[in-house]
Amino acid sequence: MAEPGRALPQPTPETQHFWDGTKAGELRLQRCDACGKVYFPPRPFCAACASRQVSVFQASGRAILWSYVIHHRKVAGFNPPYAIAVVQLAEGPRMMTNIVDCPQTPEALQLDMPVEVVFEKQTDDITLPLFRPAFVPLAKG
Amino acid sequence: MRQKAVTVVGAAETTELGVIPNLSQIQLHADAALNAMAECGLRPKDIDGIATAAETPVQIAHYLGITPTWVDGTSVGGCSFMIHVRHAAAAIEAGLAKTILVTHGESGKSRVGNPPRSVPPSSLQGQFEQPYGPMGPPSLFTVPVLRYMKRYGVTVEQIAEVCVVQREWAGKNPRATFRNPITVEDVLASRMIAYPFRLLMCCLVTDGGGALILTSAERARDFPTRPVYILGTGESVETPMVSQMEDFTSSRAFRVAGPTAFQQAGISRNDVDHLMIYDAFAHLPLYGLEDLGFVTRGEAARFIAERNTAPGGKLPLNTNGGGLSYMHSGMYGMYALQESVRQMRGIAPAQIPGAKISVCHGVGGMFAASGTIIFSNEAP
Repeated sequence: MAEPGRALPQPTPETQHFWDGTKAGELRLQRCDACGKVYFPPRPFCAACASRQVSVFQASGRAILWSYVIHHRKVAGFNPPYAIAVVQLAEGPRMMTNIVDCPQTPEALQLDMPVEVVFEKQTDDITLPLFRPAFVPLAKG
Repeated sequence: MRQKAVTVVGAAETTELGVIPNLSQIQLHADAALNAMAECGLRPKDIDGIATAAETPVQIAHYLGITPTWVDGTSVGGCSFMIHVRHAAAAIEAGLAKTILVTHGESGKSRVGNPPRSVPPSSLQGQFEQPYGPMGPPSLFTVPVLRYMKRYGVTVEQIAEVCVVQREWAGKNPRATFRNPITVEDVLASRMIAYPFRLLMCCLVTDGGGALILTSAERARDFPTRPVYILGTGESVETPMVSQMEDFTSSRAFRVAGPTAFQQAGISRNDVDHLMIYDAFAHLPLYGLEDLGFVTRGEAARFIAERNTAPGGKLPLNTNGGGLSYMHSGMYGMYALQESVRQMRGIAPAQIPGAKISVCHGVGGMFAASGTIIFSNEAP
């Protein structure tokens, strides 16, 4: 789905580590050093306990498909129909993404199916974390 | 704790609803406000509080010639007006203002004179949702629903029943945009927008506006209109990102706003004669019925399919036809409030005989915010 024209993120100082991570092939989450909460999206403090003592760590990249819609209208950078999905990461947080290497159909997209992160370069600065079915053997790209 | 008696004494929509290319957005605010002021005999100098959303209260106060001692620009989406009513009631009780005007106007269809809506790419939504291809509410508000359907075994046919029943109500309303009866088959044959949502499961896009005027129950006696009392109110917000909802099968903002209003009103669910649940999409009445405690978890679709909310049912819901069939300019909450007030005044096109208590529940953004107002036509 790496077509030109897709909306791209503009990192901020508080989220730069996440986008540096995807560029380096890592899915980075944060964990509160005080209460242990793992959270997303990025921010330099814990919204559960207000501690500023937080750490960035590399997530496993494993997740399950939590919910989605299959969009049928044209959006820049996408060929409909395509799924706009939310995955639940093994570490707990959920994130929006697209599911790649998979037919964009209700039959192929089963809730709770295991998925794993893949990284898709958009520009020199931005690489997006996408997910693919984890049970499909694919050559390492 | 029961709220001291604050009332709605003025309530009106724009003279026209639907497609109104000859009025800009700010004039839609003014058209509704002038209609509301006219029905209770007020002029701009009589208004000392102003609340609005999307446009700023500065613009509306200036445009209407109002010198307020109290302003509220809470703008959290389509339930902003429920929250304005809540804040206005508190302000009147606290003596911050005596006569408050709440306005809404939106050129949602014709898009004349409305500010553009865009998501900044540096916002959290811009960074962590927009890159994955959403295009506004039809592709985001709908994202949690497959999880709800899986958890409770709800089918798309059952969700389509919501649209069918609301169209029945719309058929009784001469001002409703869509009035012809539809079937589940019609809903499921309409164009796919964002699976599992088809066109008829999504709200209309129209132009219009509405305005409310609130004052104390004591002063309401001097007004020519039948006062509608505010028994209880609630509000909350959760997240601007639908992907970050705590629970995809329930709205935290609903679960805070709704029960807060019921507790303040001191009523139970069985006391409710009439209910409005903001229906930008067909799943919202399901979440609303469950989160407000009218039915147990997972039972809302069956409750609607068994015609409990249909004409003649025990809990009339969205009796104007709702955002699915009546009108939806983008921030629909004002029209839900207008229908609750009409029902309490006894003048609704599909009037519920003898209705004494109406609950009006709103959503803002994509499950981002919520506001609940409980009205009565009897003094508390």
